[in-house]
Amino acid sequence: MSDNMNDMDQMQLFNDQGRLLNAGLPDEEKALFCDAAPQVDAPYRGIWEKFLNWARSESLWILGFGTGCGAIELRPLMTSRYDMYQYGVQPRPTPRQAGLFIIGGYASVKTMKRIVRSYEQMQGPKFVLGLGSCTVNGGMYWDSYNTINRLDHYIPVDVYIAGCMPRPEALLAGINELKKLIKDGKGENANKYAENFEWYKGNQKKIIKDWNMPDYNW
Amino acid sequence: MTEFNELSRQFQVSDLVEQRADLHFITASKEHAVAVVSALKERYGYTHLVFFTVVDHLEKNEFHLTYMLHNYEKHHDMGVVVKIARENVQMESIHHLWPAAATYQQEMREMYGVEFPGSPGLYENFALEGWEDIPPMRRDFDTKEYSDKTYYPRPGRESHDPREYMKENLYPSEAETW
Ligand code: SF4
Repeated sequence: MSDNMNDMDQMQLFNDQGRLLNAGLPDEEKALFCDAAPQVDAPYRGIWEKFLNWARSESLWILGFGTGCGAIELRPLMTSRYDMYQYGVQPRPTPRQAGLFIIGGYASVKTMKRIVRSYEQMQGPKFVLGLGSCTVNGGMYWDSYNTINRLDHYIPVDVYIAGCMPRPEALLAGINELKKLIKDGKGENANKYAENFEWYKGNQKKIIKDWNMPDYNW
Repeated sequence: MTEFNELSRQFQVSDLVEQRADLHFITASKEHAVAVVSALKERYGYTHLVFFTVVDHLEKNEFHLTYMLHNYEKHHDMGVVVKIARENVQMESIHHLWPAAATYQQEMREMYGVEFPGSPGLYENFALEGWEDIPPMRRDFDTKEYSDKTYYPRPGRESHDPREYMKENLYPSEAETW
């Protein structure tokens, strides 16, 4: 356990120049990581943005990272019966290539740390689907010592899919809902994350006590 | 049981319980437990450590450690139970007998706060990371309270007694007959 544990209460994220402190990193590693906070990327106007949103919504690449039991429903979704490829959805192995993060259920604190890291590494515009009751209000793990209750306090969530566990049909409904949101220009959560960066960081650092990664995993 | 009779001549063991023909439990004193376990392994052919676990008996203010051993020749299981007081729980390590025991001990240290001095990797994270409260599997740890103050419970969550709820809302006409 390191010294940075104490100053987490009165958490200070930025230095005088507005750069991230990265207080959790050892000094010799600080230079290796970027110290810029995420920035708002304002949408274009008019028809061009509409076209982009149409393109984005028809090509959702999901990150293959299943956190809880609900992630098992992603497999039938991929295979011939539900065939998500016909909706323009396909899995990717790394956050750098993915635009849609499906949180597959309960997230323990340990997993949350990886979720935050992966989410931040994804390129915007990026979207999050909360799959299963566990992401909505903790589900059956609502009183557990180690699983979060509300995903939207740690990363912004576009669509929640209730159920324990939701069937692939529900997932498809959620994906279609997300497509609608994106086409309507409401898929702006990457910007929301940048705008409320300090609030999200405060919540994340409240539960992730051994914060030994950069403040923004860019 | 011959093993028990022979062991009891040499060590402080008691309370032989026959759970099944192929499963017995004995209770050993804290000081002699590791010697009993090694004797079972070296002399009586209980070469396999099936599991090593701890139960929190809050009411008795005791932790009960259980070493479960298996004898492949006789297809027999032997559980060695050790009762230790809940304050500053410490137990001798058995990683010299079974290297895999270190993992059990690491988990018990993290989840129950049982110390095993000298056990390799004892203070490394097992399942938790950066845990600061009392060990979460101890029974005096209130997980509901901890969750409420840590994880932003979503308002509006209610619990119903399933029987009453179904009576009122789903089958009101049949409620009389329940
Ligand atoms: S909502 Fe149900 S199926 Fe989904 S992760 Fe939670 S317990 Fe598992």
